[in-house]
Amino acid sequence: MINFDNVTKAYPNQSRPALENVNISVAKGEFVFLVGPSGSGKSTFLRLVLKEERPSEGRIHVAGRDLARLTNWKVPYLRRRIGCVFQDFRLLPNKNVYQNVAFALEVIGKNRRFIRKVVPEVIDLVGLEGKHERMPDELSGGEQQRVAMARAFVNRPMILLADEPTGNIDPATSIGIMKVLDRINRTGTTVVMATHDAAIVDSMRKRVIELEYGKVVRDQSRGVYGQAY
Amino acid sequence: MRSQFVFQEIWIGLRRNLTMTMALIVVVAISLSLLGTGLLFVKQVDRTRTYWQGKVELSIYLCVKTSPEPQCQQNGPATDADRAQLHQLLVSMPQVQAVYYVTQQQAYNEFRQYFSNEPALVQDTQQGEIPDSFEVKLRNPEADYNIVASAVTGAQGVETVVDEMTILDKFYRLLDGARNAVVIIALILIVAAILLVANTIRLSAFNRRRETSIMRLVGASNFYIQLPFLLEGAIAGLIGWAISAGLLVAVKSLMLDSLEQYFSFNVGLSVGDLIEVIVFSMIVGVLLCGVTSFLTLRRYLRI
Repeated sequence: MINFDNVTKAYPNQSRPALENVNISVAKGEFVFLVGPSGSGKSTFLRLVLKEERPSEGRIHVAGRDLARLTNWKVPYLRRRIGCVFQDFRLLPNKNVYQNVAFALEVIGKNRRFIRKVVPEVIDLVGLEGKHERMPDELSGGEQQRVAMARAFVNRPMILLADEPTGNIDPATSIGIMKVLDRINRTGTTVVMATHDAAIVDSMRKRVIELEYGKVVRDQSRGVYGQAY
Repeated sequence: MRSQFVFQEIWIGLRRNLTMTMALIVVVAISLSLLGTGLLFVKQVDRTRTYWQGKVELSIYLCVKTSPEPQCQQNGPATDADRAQLHQLLVSMPQVQAVYYVTQQQAYNEFRQYFSNEPALVQDTQQGEIPDSFEVKLRNPEADYNIVASAVTGAQGVETVVDEMTILDKFYRLLDGARNAVVIIALILIVAAILLVANTIRLSAFNRRRETSIMRLVGASNFYIQLPFLLEGAIAGLIGWAISAGLLVAVKSLMLDSLEQYFSFNVGLSVGDLIEVIVFSMIVGVLLCGVTSFLTLRRYLRI
């Protein structure tokens, strides 16, 4: 589903590349934690998957497509198959829960009947039933992140990228967020989650890829956060 | 769904940017109406010029009893022999395209018609006091005028030679000056309008950066992301154009038409001319807004 073949990404004016000779392969339906200290290249990895950046060297395949051969106007169609969740939620403050989720479908031109059918289902899936009319500032951090997850998942993407989704949320609420991610994963969606949260990684026992200074230092199935190697 | 959504987004964009949008509309309206006025002027001047160029370029007035010029005093009024000789001379010149003879009777009738609102003047003027004339049409007015004029000046029976073009030149220069001023101001304003469109779109893109970043993220096509901005610019441009169209109609019916009343000849602009100018200014307006928005978006809305 995601294939990095000897990928190096160097930003201009920086001595050390953000990613260096990275080889990662994520299969369909996998749940992967991406761990490592700040600046280790986790965000660069996610940006490369979305083709927000181009690799300096190496090849990247996402959802069966060679990103180097993907023309610019086709990039939006790649992104429709990838859902994204961030630490800061990125909801639209002037739209309510339903409108925030529906927005993702409206802007890719889905028809109204489809939106009316699908959006409530996804809001239920993330556990926000009955809160359609709430505005983002009337929701807790955990609830806002659920809205963001509903928005990311509403178009049934093949891949869900989560960049520290629990970074702004207390540990108790984080468990609920992880349950939603797990539920999404069980529908067959590949989930890649970048995180600093050791407790979550340890409790989930999923594949762990650790980056340090842009290099993969550990790739372990059913791993934990801070294991020595 | 699509269209409703797009219009909703445009409405939000226009409302958030209200002051900027209004400034844009006003500037577009003024610049387009000035441009249109300039174009109407151009048409009016062209029309007048063709009218006159189709007419006589050189008038040769002949001596009558009352002519004050010394050569007329000396030689007396022009005789039929003088007329025949003059006519012969003119016809034989290669520069002359056509010669018309206006009799004293015709000249007097024209005079009476022209000054019909000043009966005292008409009363005091007898037939025979208004000179008869040869009206000469030249092949190439600018180059041939002097040749023909010097050939007949001083000839027996000639009172004066008048170049119609020199009289009209002053009038043309006035119109040309007014037209140039209007067009230059219009061009400056169009530059201002372009900068304003760029700024408005930039501001709009900044105001809606959250929406656009999410649109990019969930895979909205570039066209879909840019469309609300482009239409926002285009709608502001169209409103401005509509106002300018109104102003142009006013300019035509109040200014140019009343100007026309001072002339005894019909060179007025038709409704078709007005529509042509208005359509042209719409194209300019839409291109101005559309192209500027598009170029601005390419800079400020990286996909």
